[in-house]
Amino acid sequence: MKAIVNVYLKEGVLDPQGKAVHHALGSIGFDNVSDVRIGKQIILELNSTDKEKAKEELDEMSQTLLANTVIEDYDIEIVE
Amino acid sequence: MKILNVSILQFPGTNCDYDSVWAFEHLNHKTRLVWHKEENLPQDTDLVVVAGGFSYGDYLRSGSIARFSPIMKAVQEYANSGGYVLGICNGFQILTEAGLLPGALKRNKNLHFISRIQELKVVNSDNAFLNRCKKDEILSIPIAHADGNYFVDDETLSDMRDNGQILLQYCDSDANVMDINGSVEQIAGVCNAQKNVFGLMPHPERAMQTLLGSSDGIKMLEGFRQI
Repeated sequence: MKAIVNVYLKEGVLDPQGKAVHHALGSIGFDNVSDVRIGKQIILELNSTDKEKAKEELDEMSQTLLANTVIEDYDIEIVE
Repeated sequence: MKILNVSILQFPGTNCDYDSVWAFEHLNHKTRLVWHKEENLPQDTDLVVVAGGFSYGDYLRSGSIARFSPIMKAVQEYANSGGYVLGICNGFQILTEAGLLPGALKRNKNLHFISRIQELKVVNSDNAFLNRCKKDEILSIPIAHADGNYFVDDETLSDMRDNGQILLQYCDSDANVMDINGSVEQIAGVCNAQKNVFGLMPHPERAMQTLLGSSDGIKMLEGFRQI
């Protein structure tokens, strides 16, 4: 089973990388962008068949290691 | 003069371990290096120092992997039973990731690695770390970090303010507080509510000799002699 965990800075927490990329996009002529946020995508290959169980486990992984919930939010997606 | 047994942690990628040994031995304390795979701290430990560097290459987030090393369980127990812990730079990041200190450290606002001697303002000196310093005193201490942008939510920040947990702020030579990396309230160092766990981004162990730019680190590290 393949799963994707997306980790990104919480709404309201300044994202300096996003700001820099937003600025760079503007400087090369892409004026139509109002905000850029940058996150991380963690792709996992799991040895499980139970989707619900996998989701629970992914949630625990995200809370303990993959995300720092003081500054980050995450979402979990099971791909196949 | 009280002599402390200082246990200095080493993770793969730690690079301020020997500077810390030198600094504490310069103050006539006894030091021991403790490899991260150890499950126990030396029994007679008076102070644990989580030294700076780039543990686990800063992968995922600075300090996020180191905090699961076997020794960190012993450090958690040591801190929870009132033992003194100091985290410097990457050590500060490890302690926030471990939940031993409030907040988190993000990438610097300007995205640069900032390396220079920086003025700091002492915000609270009523603790085991900064008791040799005066409130509002200015210290010159080297900083060298990419992830020093301290974040904490408003509610926790307000509790920290009330409880004297904000230890140091970045400032200029006239004591005007200065934003260098995007930190909330320009915070450079904090402690926990019980005031036995301390963390800061600047490196007092690199400010032990006037010849090398500053000896203000002596004043900071000397504070622990009273514990």
